[in-house]
Amino acid sequence: MMSSESAVWAEGLRKRFGRTEALRGVDLEVPKGSVFGLLGPNGAGKTTAVRILSTLTLPDAGQARVAGYDVVRDADEVRYRIGLAGQHASMDEKLSGRDNLRLFGRLYHLPPKVARARADELLTRFGLADAGDRFVRTYSGGMRRRIDLISSLITAPPVLFLDEPTTGLDPRSRGEIWDTIRELVADGTTVLLTTQYLDEADQLADRIAVVDTGRVIASGTPDELKAEIGSRLDVVVADARDLPGAATVLARIGEPDTDPETRRVSVPVGGGSSTTLPAVVLELDRAGVAVEDVALRRPTLDEVFLRLTGKTDEKVSI
Amino acid sequence: MVLELPAPPAGRASRIRWTLTDGVTLVWRNLIQLKSQPGELVGALIFPAIMIVLFGYVFGSAIKVPGGGNYREFLMPGLFAMTTFTSLMTTLLAVATDASKGVMDRFRSMPMARSAVPFGQVGGDIIIGMAGMVILVGCGFAVGWRIHHGVMSALAAFGLLLLLRYALSWAGVFLGLLVKNEETADQMLPLIFPVSMLSNSFVPTAGMPAWLRTVSDWNPVSALVAACRGLFGNPGVPSGHVALPLQHPVAATLLWSAALLAIFVPLSVRRYRTLNR
Repeated sequence: MMSSESAVWAEGLRKRFGRTEALRGVDLEVPKGSVFGLLGPNGAGKTTAVRILSTLTLPDAGQARVAGYDVVRDADEVRYRIGLAGQHASMDEKLSGRDNLRLFGRLYHLPPKVARARADELLTRFGLADAGDRFVRTYSGGMRRRIDLISSLITAPPVLFLDEPTTGLDPRSRGEIWDTIRELVADGTTVLLTTQYLDEADQLADRIAVVDTGRVIASGTPDELKAEIGSRLDVVVADARDLPGAATVLARIGEPDTDPETRRVSVPVGGGSSTTLPAVVLELDRAGVAVEDVALRRPTLDEVFLRLTGKTDEKVSI
Repeated sequence: MVLELPAPPAGRASRIRWTLTDGVTLVWRNLIQLKSQPGELVGALIFPAIMIVLFGYVFGSAIKVPGGGNYREFLMPGLFAMTTFTSLMTTLLAVATDASKGVMDRFRSMPMARSAVPFGQVGGDIIIGMAGMVILVGCGFAVGWRIHHGVMSALAAFGLLLLLRYALSWAGVFLGLLVKNEETADQMLPLIFPVSMLSNSFVPTAGMPAWLRTVSDWNPVSALVAACRGLFGNPGVPSGHVALPLQHPVAATLLWSAALLAIFVPLSVRRYRTLNR
């Protein structure tokens, strides 16, 4: 069932392009005012999901509602309430930034005067007032993405779809896009973004769904996903000859991974890990192992992602 | 700022009004695009003049008009037809660019009338085409081309040119939606020259080998050129035994236009609606 608090809700979305099954039954629910990250490798089906939710593509099966309206039956109602910024800057390169915004405003059926005022307002607010009169084809990659993002805000839509908003950008431009997204979320906009960058999802998203081969294989908050694969205890020994000894001690906790290169023995730890740390140090000392460093480490989202997408036959659920 | 958004149209009448408004907005877009390419605009103005010099004076000096007459008077309807046929390529390129750059996707994510995008494209092309035609007519007058059969039949000739241009730009829209790739479209552009040359535009077809002559005579360009020559009263109107389209060039041009429209308007609108579905 769809809760009244959902900005985006989808159930059983399927889509096939010829022989490729792009989506094989995707369920999503994005609460109002939150940022939802769709994470997955290239070809996982992220873009297809966004295209269905933004009314560009029809699903073969399943249902989806955006801002309370069905994406198939009430497509025009949905279109008034969404903004879409694609992977590829979807601007008219032969127009200036300002003319692009005016054009889009008029296509949303704003009166010409209002469309013009709205274009000026958005350019000023997002620091592009000076660049506004230049042709878009002269813009840098970062500016292009920003104007693209801005043009999806013309109607101040409650739901925003951002399909890989920062792919191919330098770190500074990425930071600027992130700041803009955070600003929008502070205003109450719901954002659904797709990304291949885990740090982007970690930085921005309240909840993440990991998509692989057309299916959601895991979902939850970034913390939940990290907890799913658990923390690791890393021990770095002073002398590589002590590695077998250290491994023997750690084998009581779990299966140890030994890396002679970095003189590191690593072992996964369960829930009550904090109490074992002093005990482990004590035991290592008793075994005569000279320890250089001991650390309890939470996994990065990258590790979570690799674990999840590397073993797609193993169902992961939270 | 609080934005008041109009509701989607309820009835048929407001749906049609929406389509028209969106179409006009997109025509406006096509026209303000010209601001970014003053070079192309200047090129478009100079190009007819170059063609007139090249054909009218360089090649024309060696070409004999059948039945006698001024070659430059023979040439002008050919140049009118040639610029008419370029509309196929310019709309093809514009539409393919929109599709490959993602502009089309943005339009489709907006609550606009679906058929407004192709209509706006061909509408903009017609206005630009009329401006180009005015320049070409000016150039023609400068080199001695004249209208001999009165204003009414001259208007009929311009009407035919515009009608076929409109029909051809619909074909361009469909092909643009089909290739969806700017580079491919760019590479197709030069193809328009052989198509307009393989006709009676620049030389009489009588001197061509039989098979080539058949191709040229049945080329819609030839029907258009023959119709214009007849209506303007310019030399080179074929006489005696000629191919069927050239016996009734006006009817042939009308038929070509009707056929193109009947095929490509529904195909384009349908293709635009179902793009990537």
